[in-house]
Amino acid sequence: MDATITLTVDGRERTLTVDTRTTVLDALREHLDVTSPKKGCDHGQCGSCTVLLDGRRALPCLALAVAHDGADVTTADGLATDGELHPVARAFLDADAYQCGYCTPGQVCSAAAVLAEAGEGWPSAVTPDLDAERVTLDRSEIAERMSGNLCRCGAYANIVDAVASVAGTDGGAR
Amino acid sequence: MRPFTHLRPDTAGDAVATVAADPDAVFLAGGTNLVDHLKLGVATPGTLVDVTGLTSTAVEDLPDGGLRVGAGVRNSDLAGDPRVRRAYPALAAALLAGASGQLRNMATTGGNLLQRTRCAYFQDVTTPCNKRVPGQGCAARDGWTRYHAILGAAQDSAGLQHCVAAHPSDMAVPMLAFDAVVRLTGPDGDRAVPITEFYRLPGDDPSRDTVLRRGELITAVDLPPSPIAARSTYRKVRDRASYAFALVSVAAAVAVEDGTVTDARVAFGGVAHGPWRATRAEDVLRGAPATDDTYRAAADAELADAAPLDTDVGGNAFKVPLLRGTLTSTLRTLVEGAA
Ligand SMILES: Cc1cc2nc3c(=O)[nH]c(=O)nc-3n(C[C@H](O)[C@H](O)[C@H](O)COP(=O)(O)OP(=O)(O)OC[C@H]3O[C@@H](n4cnc5c(N)ncnc54)[C@H](O)[C@@H]3O)c2cc1C
Ligand code: SF4
Ligand code: FES
Ligand code: FES
Repeated sequence: MDATITLTVDGRERTLTVDTRTTVLDALREHLDVTSPKKGCDHGQCGSCTVLLDGRRALPCLALAVAHDGADVTTADGLATDGELHPVARAFLDADAYQCGYCTPGQVCSAAAVLAEAGEGWPSAVTPDLDAERVTLDRSEIAERMSGNLCRCGAYANIVDAVASVAGTDGGAR
Repeated sequence: MRPFTHLRPDTAGDAVATVAADPDAVFLAGGTNLVDHLKLGVATPGTLVDVTGLTSTAVEDLPDGGLRVGAGVRNSDLAGDPRVRRAYPALAAALLAGASGQLRNMATTGGNLLQRTRCAYFQDVTTPCNKRVPGQGCAARDGWTRYHAILGAAQDSAGLQHCVAAHPSDMAVPMLAFDAVVRLTGPDGDRAVPITEFYRLPGDDPSRDTVLRRGELITAVDLPPSPIAARSTYRKVRDRASYAFALVSVAAAVAVEDGTVTDARVAFGGVAHGPWRATRAEDVLRGAPATDDTYRAAADAELADAAPLDTDVGGNAFKVPLLRGTLTSTLRTLVEGAA
Protein backbone atom coordinates (compact mmCIF):
# COMPACT_ATOMS: atom_id res chain seq x y z
CA MET A 1 0.00 0.00 0.00
CA ASP A 2 1.53 3.27 -1.12
CA ALA A 3 1.55 6.62 0.59
CA THR A 4 2.94 9.97 -0.49
CA ILE A 5 4.97 11.76 2.16
CA THR A 6 7.27 14.73 2.54
CA LEU A 7 10.56 14.74 4.42
CA THR A 8 12.92 17.64 4.84
CA VAL A 9 16.33 16.05 4.44
CA ASP A 10 19.42 18.10 5.24
CA GLY A 11 17.43 21.25 4.59
CA ARG A 12 15.85 20.13 1.32
CA GLU A 13 12.16 19.32 1.11
CA ARG A 14 11.62 16.00 -0.65
CA THR A 15 8.30 14.43 -1.60
CA LEU A 16 8.17 10.74 -2.33
CA THR A 17 5.77 7.84 -2.65
CA VAL A 18 6.60 4.81 -0.57
CA ASP A 19 5.08 1.49 0.39
CA THR A 20 3.81 1.78 3.99
CA ARG A 21 6.40 -0.83 5.00
CA THR A 22 9.33 1.44 4.11
CA THR A 23 11.46 2.68 6.99
CA VAL A 24 12.86 6.20 7.10
CA LEU A 25 16.29 4.63 6.55
CA ASP A 26 15.21 2.88 3.35
CA ALA A 27 13.37 6.00 2.22
CA LEU A 28 16.61 7.94 2.58
CA ARG A 29 18.96 5.40 1.09
CA GLU A 30 16.85 3.65 -1.54
CA HIS A 31 14.41 6.36 -2.60
CA LEU A 32 16.26 9.63 -2.07
CA ASP A 33 19.84 8.51 -2.63
CA VAL A 34 20.86 9.88 0.75
CA THR A 35 23.48 7.31 1.71
CA SER A 36 25.17 9.04 4.62
CA PRO A 37 23.22 7.01 7.23
CA LYS A 38 24.42 3.41 7.02
CA LYS A 39 22.44 0.22 7.49
CA GLY A 40 24.21 -2.08 9.92
CA CYS A 41 21.74 -4.34 11.69
CA ASP A 42 18.34 -2.92 10.60
CA HIS A 43 17.02 -3.83 14.10
CA GLY A 44 18.01 -0.92 16.33
CA GLN A 45 21.02 -2.72 17.72
CA CYS A 46 24.04 -0.95 16.23
CA GLY A 47 23.41 2.79 15.78
CA SER A 48 25.09 3.05 12.37
CA CYS A 49 21.90 4.54 10.89
CA THR A 50 21.67 7.33 13.51
CA VAL A 51 20.27 10.65 12.24
CA LEU A 52 18.69 13.64 13.91
CA LEU A 53 14.93 13.26 13.55
CA ASP A 54 13.18 16.54 14.31
CA GLY A 55 16.38 17.60 16.02
CA ARG A 56 16.95 14.58 18.23
CA ARG A 57 19.07 11.50 17.59
CA ALA A 58 17.02 8.52 16.51
CA LEU A 59 17.27 5.26 14.59
CA PRO A 60 15.58 5.52 11.17
CA CYS A 61 15.77 1.72 10.74
CA LEU A 62 12.98 1.40 13.34
CA ALA A 63 10.98 4.42 12.16
CA LEU A 64 8.32 3.92 9.50
CA ALA A 65 8.44 6.62 6.83
CA VAL A 66 4.63 6.99 6.80
CA ALA A 67 4.69 7.63 10.54
CA HIS A 68 7.14 10.49 10.01
CA ASP A 69 5.45 12.39 7.20
CA GLY A 70 6.57 16.03 7.52
CA ALA A 71 9.62 15.21 9.64
CA ASP A 72 12.92 17.04 9.53
CA VAL A 73 15.90 14.71 9.04
CA THR A 74 19.52 15.75 9.48
CA THR A 75 22.20 13.27 8.48
CA ALA A 76 25.92 13.53 9.17
CA ASP A 77 26.26 15.11 5.70
CA GLY A 78 23.74 17.77 6.58
CA LEU A 79 25.54 18.76 9.77
CA ALA A 80 28.10 20.55 7.61
CA THR A 81 27.38 24.23 6.99
CA ASP A 82 28.59 26.18 3.96
CA GLY A 83 31.01 23.42 3.07
CA GLU A 84 32.59 23.55 6.53
CA LEU A 85 32.70 20.31 8.47
CA HIS A 86 30.72 20.24 11.71
CA PRO A 87 33.09 20.55 14.70
CA VAL A 88 32.33 16.95 15.67
CA ALA A 89 33.20 15.65 12.20
CA ARG A 90 36.38 17.75 12.25
CA ALA A 91 37.27 16.26 15.65
CA PHE A 92 36.78 12.72 14.32
CA LEU A 93 39.31 13.48 11.58
CA ASP A 94 41.76 15.07 13.99
CA ALA A 95 41.52 12.25 16.54
CA ASP A 96 41.64 9.49 13.90
CA ALA A 97 38.37 8.23 15.37
CA TYR A 98 37.60 5.57 12.76
CA GLN A 99 39.10 2.84 10.67
CA CYS A 100 36.73 1.65 7.94
CA GLY A 101 34.39 4.58 8.54
CA TYR A 102 31.15 2.62 8.24
CA CYS A 103 29.87 3.54 11.69
CA THR A 104 31.20 7.11 11.48
CA PRO A 105 28.18 9.04 10.14
CA GLY A 106 26.08 7.51 12.90
CA GLN A 107 28.77 8.22 15.50
CA VAL A 108 29.00 11.85 14.36
CA CYS A 109 25.24 12.41 14.56
CA SER A 110 25.12 10.72 17.94
CA ALA A 111 28.03 12.76 19.27
CA ALA A 112 26.45 16.02 18.12
CA ALA A 113 23.32 15.00 20.02
CA VAL A 114 25.29 13.96 23.11
CA LEU A 115 26.70 17.49 23.32
CA ALA A 116 23.21 18.97 23.04
CA GLU A 117 21.74 16.55 25.60
CA ALA A 118 24.50 17.28 28.10
CA GLY A 119 23.88 20.97 27.49
CA GLU A 120 20.26 20.40 28.54
CA GLY A 121 21.58 18.89 31.77
CA TRP A 122 20.30 15.39 30.99
CA PRO A 123 21.97 12.84 33.26
CA SER A 124 23.17 9.43 32.08
CA ALA A 125 23.36 6.00 33.66
CA VAL A 126 26.82 6.86 35.05
CA THR A 127 26.04 10.36 36.35
CA PRO A 128 26.73 10.17 40.12
CA ASP A 129 24.11 12.75 41.12
CA LEU A 130 20.96 12.44 39.02
CA ASP A 131 19.70 15.69 40.49
CA ALA A 132 22.73 17.76 39.48
CA GLU A 133 21.97 20.62 37.09
CA ARG A 134 25.16 20.30 35.07
CA VAL A 135 27.05 17.33 33.72
CA THR A 136 30.71 17.12 32.79
CA LEU A 137 31.43 14.92 29.81
CA ASP A 138 34.32 12.89 31.17
CA ARG A 139 35.41 9.64 29.53
CA SER A 140 32.91 7.44 31.35
CA GLU A 141 30.05 9.84 30.55
CA ILE A 142 31.03 9.92 26.88
CA ALA A 143 31.40 6.13 26.68
CA GLU A 144 27.99 5.59 28.28
CA ARG A 145 26.22 8.22 26.19
CA MET A 146 27.80 6.90 22.97
CA SER A 147 27.06 3.24 23.84
CA GLY A 148 24.24 3.07 21.30
CA ASN A 149 26.80 3.30 18.49
CA LEU A 150 28.83 0.17 17.95
CA CYS A 151 32.12 0.28 16.06
CA ARG A 152 33.14 -3.04 14.57
CA CYS A 153 36.67 -1.70 14.08
CA GLY A 154 36.93 -0.85 17.75
CA ALA A 155 37.90 2.80 17.31
CA TYR A 156 36.23 3.58 20.64
CA ALA A 157 39.24 5.07 22.42
CA ASN A 158 39.73 7.70 19.72
CA ILE A 159 36.00 8.30 19.40
CA VAL A 160 35.93 9.25 23.09
CA ASP A 161 38.92 11.56 22.49
CA ALA A 162 37.12 13.21 19.58
CA VAL A 163 33.95 13.83 21.56
CA ALA A 164 35.92 15.01 24.60
CA SER A 165 37.82 17.52 22.50
CA VAL A 166 34.59 19.11 21.27
CA ALA A 167 33.09 19.00 24.77
CA GLY A 168 36.10 20.93 25.98
CA THR A 169 37.08 18.24 28.45
CA ASP A 170 40.33 16.36 28.03
CA GLY A 171 38.35 13.29 28.99
CA GLY A 172 40.80 12.34 31.70
CA ALA A 173 43.09 9.33 31.68
CA ARG A 174 42.34 6.48 29.30
CA MET B 1 6.61 -8.28 5.76
CA ARG B 2 2.87 -8.39 5.36
CA PRO B 3 1.45 -5.25 3.71
CA PHE B 4 -0.47 -3.00 6.10
CA THR B 5 -2.50 0.17 6.18
CA HIS B 6 -1.21 3.04 8.31
CA LEU B 7 -3.95 5.10 9.95
CA ARG B 8 -3.63 8.34 11.84
CA PRO B 9 -6.95 8.95 13.61
CA ASP B 10 -7.81 12.41 14.96
CA THR B 11 -8.65 11.30 18.49
CA ALA B 12 -7.78 8.60 21.01
CA GLY B 13 -11.44 7.57 20.92
CA ASP B 14 -11.26 6.92 17.17
CA ALA B 15 -8.05 4.94 17.62
CA VAL B 16 -9.67 2.80 20.31
CA ALA B 17 -12.79 2.22 18.21
CA THR B 18 -10.69 1.13 15.22
CA VAL B 19 -8.56 -1.36 17.15
CA ALA B 20 -11.54 -2.64 19.17
CA ALA B 21 -13.46 -3.38 15.96
CA ASP B 22 -10.61 -4.95 14.00
CA PRO B 23 -8.71 -7.94 15.42
CA ASP B 24 -6.10 -7.33 12.73
CA ALA B 25 -5.26 -3.80 13.91
CA VAL B 26 -2.66 -2.73 16.48
CA PHE B 27 -1.52 0.57 17.98
CA LEU B 28 1.81 2.05 16.87
CA ALA B 29 3.72 4.41 19.16
CA GLY B 30 7.51 4.91 18.91
CA GLY B 31 7.76 1.74 16.86
CA THR B 32 11.03 0.56 18.42
CA ASN B 33 9.55 -2.81 19.36
CA LEU B 34 6.67 -3.12 16.90
CA VAL B 35 8.62 -2.23 13.74
CA ASP B 36 11.27 -4.77 14.74
CA HIS B 37 8.51 -7.37 15.14
CA LEU B 38 7.04 -6.50 11.74
CA LYS B 39 10.44 -7.18 10.18
CA LEU B 40 10.87 -10.43 12.11
CA GLY B 41 7.35 -11.64 11.26
CA VAL B 42 6.55 -11.83 14.98
CA ALA B 43 3.76 -9.28 14.46
CA THR B 44 1.66 -9.48 11.28
CA PRO B 45 -1.05 -6.82 11.61
CA GLY B 46 -3.08 -5.61 8.64
CA THR B 47 -3.54 -2.13 10.09
CA LEU B 48 -1.31 0.10 12.20
CA VAL B 49 -3.19 2.73 14.17
CA ASP B 50 -0.68 5.46 14.92
CA VAL B 51 -1.28 6.95 18.38
CA THR B 52 1.55 9.48 18.21
CA GLY B 53 0.01 12.79 19.25
CA LEU B 54 -3.14 11.13 20.61
CA THR B 55 -1.93 10.65 24.18
CA SER B 56 -0.31 13.26 26.40
CA THR B 57 3.39 14.00 26.06
CA ALA B 58 3.42 15.90 29.37
CA VAL B 59 4.46 15.02 32.90
CA GLU B 60 1.88 16.77 35.12
CA ASP B 61 1.79 17.46 38.85
CA LEU B 62 -1.16 15.75 40.55
CA PRO B 63 -3.00 17.51 43.40
CA ASP B 64 -1.92 14.77 45.85
CA GLY B 65 1.75 15.48 45.12
CA GLY B 66 2.25 12.62 42.66
CA LEU B 67 2.97 12.83 38.93
CA ARG B 68 0.92 11.88 35.88
CA VAL B 69 3.11 10.67 33.01
CA GLY B 70 1.38 10.83 29.63
CA ALA B 71 1.62 7.62 27.60
CA GLY B 72 3.29 9.60 24.82
CA VAL B 73 6.13 10.91 26.99
CA ARG B 74 9.42 9.68 25.52
CA ASN B 75 11.71 7.68 27.78
CA SER B 76 14.47 10.32 27.45
CA ASP B 77 12.17 13.16 28.48
CA LEU B 78 10.89 11.22 31.48
CA ALA B 79 14.44 10.41 32.60
CA GLY B 80 15.42 14.06 32.19
CA ASP B 81 12.44 15.48 34.09
CA PRO B 82 13.79 17.24 37.23
CA ARG B 83 10.79 16.11 39.31
CA VAL B 84 11.39 12.46 38.42
CA ARG B 85 15.12 12.77 39.10
CA ARG B 86 14.46 14.29 42.53
CA ALA B 87 11.37 12.43 43.77
CA TYR B 88 11.70 9.04 42.01
CA PRO B 89 15.44 8.64 41.27
CA ALA B 90 15.12 4.87 40.76
CA LEU B 91 12.77 5.57 37.85
CA ALA B 92 15.15 8.02 36.19
CA ALA B 93 18.01 5.56 36.74
CA ALA B 94 16.05 2.65 35.28
CA LEU B 95 15.13 4.62 32.18
CA LEU B 96 18.74 5.70 31.69
CA ALA B 97 19.89 2.10 32.06
CA GLY B 98 17.60 1.03 29.21
CA ALA B 99 18.40 0.80 25.50
CA SER B 100 20.42 3.75 24.06
CA GLY B 101 20.11 7.51 23.75
CA GLN B 102 18.64 7.13 20.27
CA LEU B 103 16.07 4.53 21.34
CA ARG B 104 15.06 6.46 24.46
CA ASN B 105 14.25 9.47 22.26
CA MET B 106 11.82 7.27 20.29
CA ALA B 107 10.38 4.93 22.96
CA THR B 108 7.19 6.04 24.72
CA THR B 109 5.94 5.33 28.23
CA GLY B 110 2.99 3.28 26.93
CA GLY B 111 5.10 1.31 24.47
CA ASN B 112 7.78 0.62 27.06
CA LEU B 113 5.24 -0.98 29.40
CA LEU B 114 3.95 -3.15 26.55
CA GLN B 115 7.22 -4.12 24.89
CA ARG B 116 7.39 -7.87 24.51
CA THR B 117 9.89 -10.38 25.80
CA ARG B 118 13.36 -10.61 24.23
CA CYS B 119 13.23 -14.42 24.44
CA ALA B 120 15.27 -15.44 21.38
CA TYR B 121 12.73 -18.11 20.44
CA PHE B 122 9.79 -15.73 20.67
CA GLN B 123 11.62 -13.51 18.20
CA ASP B 124 12.53 -16.41 15.86
CA VAL B 125 9.42 -17.57 14.03
CA THR B 126 11.13 -20.81 12.97
CA THR B 127 11.12 -22.11 16.57
CA PRO B 128 8.14 -23.22 18.68
CA CYS B 129 6.82 -20.67 21.15
CA ASN B 130 3.64 -20.78 23.24
CA LYS B 131 3.61 -17.03 23.58
CA ARG B 132 3.60 -16.45 19.81
CA VAL B 133 1.52 -19.48 18.84
CA PRO B 134 -0.42 -20.92 21.80
CA GLY B 135 -0.03 -24.68 22.08
CA GLN B 136 3.09 -24.85 19.91
CA GLY B 137 5.48 -25.66 22.75
CA CYS B 138 8.38 -23.72 24.20
CA ALA B 139 11.82 -23.91 22.64
CA ALA B 140 13.41 -22.18 25.62
CA ARG B 141 12.72 -25.09 27.95
CA ASP B 142 15.63 -26.96 26.35
CA GLY B 143 17.44 -23.93 25.08
CA TRP B 144 19.29 -20.76 25.87
CA THR B 145 17.77 -19.29 29.02
CA ARG B 146 20.25 -16.69 30.19
CA TYR B 147 17.62 -13.97 29.87
CA HIS B 148 14.74 -16.02 31.21
CA ALA B 149 12.63 -16.20 34.34
CA ILE B 150 13.40 -17.88 37.64
CA LEU B 151 10.23 -16.78 39.42
CA GLY B 152 6.51 -17.18 38.81
CA ALA B 153 6.36 -19.59 35.83
CA ALA B 154 3.73 -22.16 36.77
CA GLN B 155 4.09 -25.80 35.77
CA ASP B 156 1.36 -27.89 34.19
CA SER B 157 0.32 -31.34 35.44
CA ALA B 158 3.24 -32.89 33.56
CA GLY B 159 5.65 -30.54 35.32
CA LEU B 160 6.28 -28.51 32.16
CA GLN B 161 6.29 -24.74 32.18
CA HIS B 162 4.24 -23.11 29.42
CA CYS B 163 6.52 -20.09 29.18
CA VAL B 164 9.66 -19.06 31.03
CA ALA B 165 10.14 -15.68 29.36
CA ALA B 166 11.18 -12.60 31.31
CA HIS B 167 9.80 -9.11 30.78
CA PRO B 168 12.53 -6.81 29.49
CA SER B 169 11.37 -3.39 30.71
CA ASP B 170 13.62 -1.51 33.10
CA MET B 171 11.15 1.36 33.52
CA ALA B 172 8.39 -0.91 34.78
CA VAL B 173 10.49 -2.19 37.71
CA PRO B 174 10.63 1.02 39.79
CA MET B 175 7.07 1.85 38.66
CA LEU B 176 6.04 -1.42 40.33
CA ALA B 177 8.06 -0.64 43.45
CA PHE B 178 6.28 2.73 43.71
CA ASP B 179 2.75 1.34 43.15
CA ALA B 180 2.14 3.24 39.91
CA VAL B 181 -1.32 3.14 38.35
CA VAL B 182 -1.84 2.52 34.63
CA ARG B 183 -4.65 4.62 33.16
CA LEU B 184 -6.55 3.13 30.25
CA THR B 185 -9.27 4.15 27.86
CA GLY B 186 -11.14 1.45 25.99
CA PRO B 187 -14.30 0.63 24.08
CA ASP B 188 -16.15 0.27 27.41
CA GLY B 189 -14.79 3.45 28.97
CA ASP B 190 -11.87 4.41 31.15
CA ARG B 191 -10.29 2.44 33.97
CA ALA B 192 -7.23 2.62 36.17
CA VAL B 193 -5.27 -0.55 36.90
CA PRO B 194 -2.65 -0.68 39.65
CA ILE B 195 0.59 -1.79 38.00
CA THR B 196 0.75 -4.52 40.65
CA GLU B 197 -2.24 -6.07 38.82
CA PHE B 198 -1.31 -5.03 35.27
CA TYR B 199 1.17 -7.77 34.35
CA ARG B 200 0.04 -11.40 34.24
CA LEU B 201 1.96 -14.52 35.17
CA PRO B 202 2.13 -16.87 32.17
CA GLY B 203 -0.10 -19.56 33.69
CA ASP B 204 -1.43 -21.65 30.81
CA ASP B 205 -1.88 -18.63 28.51
CA PRO B 206 1.45 -16.90 27.97
CA SER B 207 0.13 -15.18 24.82
CA ARG B 208 -1.16 -12.37 27.05
CA ASP B 209 1.46 -10.33 28.88
CA THR B 210 -0.95 -8.00 30.68
CA VAL B 211 -4.61 -7.63 31.63
CA LEU B 212 -5.11 -5.10 28.79
CA ARG B 213 -8.31 -5.80 26.83
CA ARG B 214 -8.61 -5.55 23.03
CA GLY B 215 -8.75 -1.95 21.94
CA GLU B 216 -7.64 -0.55 25.29
CA LEU B 217 -5.16 2.30 25.01
CA ILE B 218 -2.78 3.34 27.78
CA THR B 219 -3.29 7.08 28.29
CA ALA B 220 -1.02 7.74 31.28
CA VAL B 221 0.81 6.30 34.24
CA ASP B 222 0.23 7.87 37.67
CA LEU B 223 3.05 7.89 40.19
CA PRO B 224 1.57 8.26 43.66
CA PRO B 225 3.35 10.57 46.12
CA SER B 226 5.93 8.46 47.92
CA PRO B 227 8.34 10.05 50.40
CA ILE B 228 10.40 6.84 50.48
CA ALA B 229 10.90 6.96 46.70
CA ALA B 230 13.11 10.02 47.07
CA ARG B 231 15.74 7.70 48.51
CA SER B 232 15.65 4.98 45.88
CA THR B 233 17.95 3.50 43.33
CA TYR B 234 18.08 1.06 40.43
CA ARG B 235 20.82 -1.46 39.86
CA LYS B 236 21.01 -3.38 36.59
CA VAL B 237 23.38 -6.29 35.98
CA ARG B 238 24.09 -7.20 32.38
CA ASP B 239 26.52 -8.95 30.08
CA ARG B 240 28.12 -5.69 28.97
CA ALA B 241 28.28 -2.33 30.71
CA SER B 242 25.68 -0.58 28.55
CA TYR B 243 23.10 -1.07 25.77
CA ALA B 244 22.10 -4.55 26.94
CA PHE B 245 19.07 -6.04 28.61
CA ALA B 246 19.11 -6.98 32.29
CA LEU B 247 20.20 -10.39 33.52
CA VAL B 248 18.77 -9.25 36.84
CA SER B 249 17.87 -5.83 38.15
CA VAL B 250 16.72 -4.34 41.44
CA ALA B 251 14.72 -1.21 42.20
CA ALA B 252 14.83 -0.44 45.89
CA ALA B 253 13.86 2.27 48.35
CA VAL B 254 14.49 2.12 52.09
CA ALA B 255 13.84 4.25 55.14
CA VAL B 256 16.14 3.68 58.11
CA GLU B 257 15.91 5.11 61.65
CA ASP B 258 18.50 4.43 64.34
CA GLY B 259 19.90 1.48 62.43
CA THR B 260 16.51 -0.15 61.88
CA VAL B 261 14.73 -0.43 58.54
CA THR B 262 11.37 1.24 59.04
CA ASP B 263 10.06 0.83 55.51
CA ALA B 264 11.15 -0.68 52.19
CA ARG B 265 10.08 -1.07 48.57
CA VAL B 266 11.75 -3.69 46.40
CA ALA B 267 11.09 -4.90 42.86
CA PHE B 268 13.10 -7.11 40.51
CA GLY B 269 13.55 -7.07 36.74
CA GLY B 270 14.75 -9.76 34.33
CA VAL B 271 13.56 -12.65 36.47
CA ALA B 272 9.83 -13.10 35.80
CA HIS B 273 7.07 -12.77 33.19
CA GLY B 274 6.54 -9.21 34.42
CA PRO B 275 8.43 -6.91 36.74
CA TRP B 276 8.41 -8.68 40.13
CA ARG B 277 7.40 -7.05 43.39
CA ALA B 278 9.45 -8.55 46.20
CA THR B 279 6.84 -8.32 48.97
CA ARG B 280 8.40 -11.14 50.98
CA ALA B 281 11.71 -9.34 50.96
CA GLU B 282 9.98 -6.13 52.02
CA ASP B 283 8.34 -7.97 54.94
CA VAL B 284 11.71 -9.26 56.15
CA LEU B 285 13.26 -5.81 55.85
CA ARG B 286 10.59 -3.88 57.80
CA GLY B 287 11.57 -3.65 61.47
CA ALA B 288 14.88 -5.48 61.02
CA PRO B 289 18.36 -4.10 61.66
CA ALA B 290 19.92 -2.45 58.59
CA THR B 291 22.65 -5.05 58.12
CA ASP B 292 23.91 -7.31 55.35
CA ASP B 293 22.46 -10.30 57.21
CA THR B 294 19.02 -8.73 56.97
CA TYR B 295 19.45 -7.93 53.28
CA ARG B 296 20.53 -11.51 52.54
CA ALA B 297 17.63 -12.90 54.54
CA ALA B 298 15.29 -10.65 52.56
CA ALA B 299 16.69 -11.97 49.29
CA ASP B 300 16.46 -15.57 50.50
CA ALA B 301 12.84 -15.11 51.51
CA GLU B 302 11.94 -13.83 48.04
CA LEU B 303 14.02 -16.43 46.23
CA ALA B 304 12.81 -19.41 48.27
CA ASP B 305 10.48 -20.43 45.44
CA ALA B 306 12.91 -19.70 42.62
CA ALA B 307 12.82 -22.38 39.93
CA PRO B 308 15.82 -21.80 37.71
CA LEU B 309 16.15 -23.69 34.44
CA ASP B 310 18.75 -26.34 33.93
CA THR B 311 19.36 -26.90 30.23
CA ASP B 312 22.16 -28.37 28.14
CA VAL B 313 23.15 -24.90 27.02
CA GLY B 314 23.71 -23.35 30.38
CA GLY B 315 20.44 -22.78 32.20
CA ASN B 316 20.00 -19.80 34.48
CA ALA B 317 20.65 -21.03 38.01
CA PHE B 318 23.35 -18.35 38.25
CA LYS B 319 20.58 -15.77 38.59
CA VAL B 320 19.72 -16.87 42.13
CA PRO B 321 23.06 -15.95 43.75
CA LEU B 322 23.43 -13.02 41.35
CA LEU B 323 20.13 -11.50 42.42
CA ARG B 324 20.85 -12.25 46.10
CA GLY B 325 24.14 -10.40 45.86
CA THR B 326 22.66 -7.57 43.80
CA LEU B 327 19.86 -6.94 46.29
CA THR B 328 22.29 -7.06 49.22
CA SER B 329 24.76 -4.61 47.70
CA THR B 330 22.00 -2.32 46.42
CA LEU B 331 20.43 -2.03 49.87
CA ARG B 332 23.81 -1.57 51.54
CA THR B 333 24.77 1.22 49.14
CA LEU B 334 21.41 2.89 49.59
CA VAL B 335 21.61 2.82 53.40
CA GLU B 336 25.27 3.88 53.48
CA GLY B 337 24.55 6.71 51.07
CA ALA B 338 21.83 7.99 53.38
CA ALA B 339 23.97 7.84 56.54
C1 LIG C 1 18.38 -2.70 20.58
C2 LIG C 1 17.35 -2.43 21.64
C3 LIG C 1 17.73 -2.41 22.97
C4 LIG C 1 16.80 -2.17 23.96
N1 LIG C 1 17.20 -2.19 25.26
C5 LIG C 1 16.27 -2.01 26.25
C6 LIG C 1 16.65 -2.06 27.62
O1 LIG C 1 17.80 -2.26 27.96
N2 LIG C 1 15.68 -1.89 28.55
C7 LIG C 1 14.37 -1.66 28.21
O2 LIG C 1 13.55 -1.50 29.09
N3 LIG C 1 14.00 -1.61 26.92
C8 LIG C 1 14.92 -1.78 25.94
N4 LIG C 1 14.53 -1.76 24.64
C9 LIG C 1 13.10 -1.73 24.33
C10 LIG C 1 12.50 -0.37 24.23
O3 LIG C 1 12.50 0.23 25.50
C11 LIG C 1 11.06 -0.57 23.75
O4 LIG C 1 11.12 -1.05 22.44
C12 LIG C 1 10.26 0.71 23.79
O5 LIG C 1 10.13 1.15 25.12
C13 LIG C 1 8.89 0.50 23.18
O6 LIG C 1 8.21 1.75 23.10
P1 LIG C 1 7.63 2.28 21.69
O7 LIG C 1 6.92 3.54 21.98
O8 LIG C 1 8.69 2.32 20.66
O9 LIG C 1 6.58 1.11 21.40
P2 LIG C 1 6.05 0.47 20.04
O10 LIG C 1 7.10 -0.37 19.43
O11 LIG C 1 5.40 1.49 19.19
O12 LIG C 1 4.89 -0.46 20.64
C14 LIG C 1 5.15 -1.55 21.50
C15 LIG C 1 3.84 -2.25 21.82
O13 LIG C 1 3.02 -1.44 22.63
C16 LIG C 1 1.75 -1.18 22.01
N5 LIG C 1 1.43 0.20 22.39
C17 LIG C 1 2.23 1.28 22.25
N6 LIG C 1 1.67 2.37 22.84
C18 LIG C 1 0.49 1.95 23.38
C19 LIG C 1 -0.53 2.59 24.14
N7 LIG C 1 -0.47 3.89 24.48
N8 LIG C 1 -1.60 1.85 24.54
C20 LIG C 1 -1.69 0.53 24.20
N9 LIG C 1 -0.76 -0.11 23.47
C21 LIG C 1 0.33 0.58 23.07
C22 LIG C 1 1.96 -1.44 20.54
O14 LIG C 1 0.77 -1.88 19.93
C23 LIG C 1 3.00 -2.55 20.58
O15 LIG C 1 2.37 -3.79 20.79
C24 LIG C 1 15.45 -1.95 23.61
C25 LIG C 1 15.07 -1.93 22.27
C26 LIG C 1 16.00 -2.18 21.29
C27 LIG C 1 15.56 -2.18 19.87
S1 SF4 D 1 9.93 -18.89 27.04
FE1 SF4 D 1 7.90 -18.12 26.45
S2 SF4 D 1 8.42 -16.66 24.84
FE2 SF4 D 1 10.23 -18.00 25.02
S3 SF4 D 1 9.90 -19.73 23.58
FE3 SF4 D 1 9.04 -20.34 25.56
S4 SF4 D 1 6.87 -19.79 25.35
FE4 SF4 D 1 7.96 -18.59 23.82
S1 FES E 1 20.91 -0.11 11.23
FE1 FES E 1 19.69 1.08 12.59
S2 FES E 1 20.53 0.56 14.52
FE2 FES E 1 21.59 -0.80 13.20
S1 FES F 1 35.26 2.61 11.95
FE1 FES F 1 34.77 0.65 11.14
S2 FES F 1 32.92 0.21 12.21
FE2 FES F 1 33.61 1.96 13.23
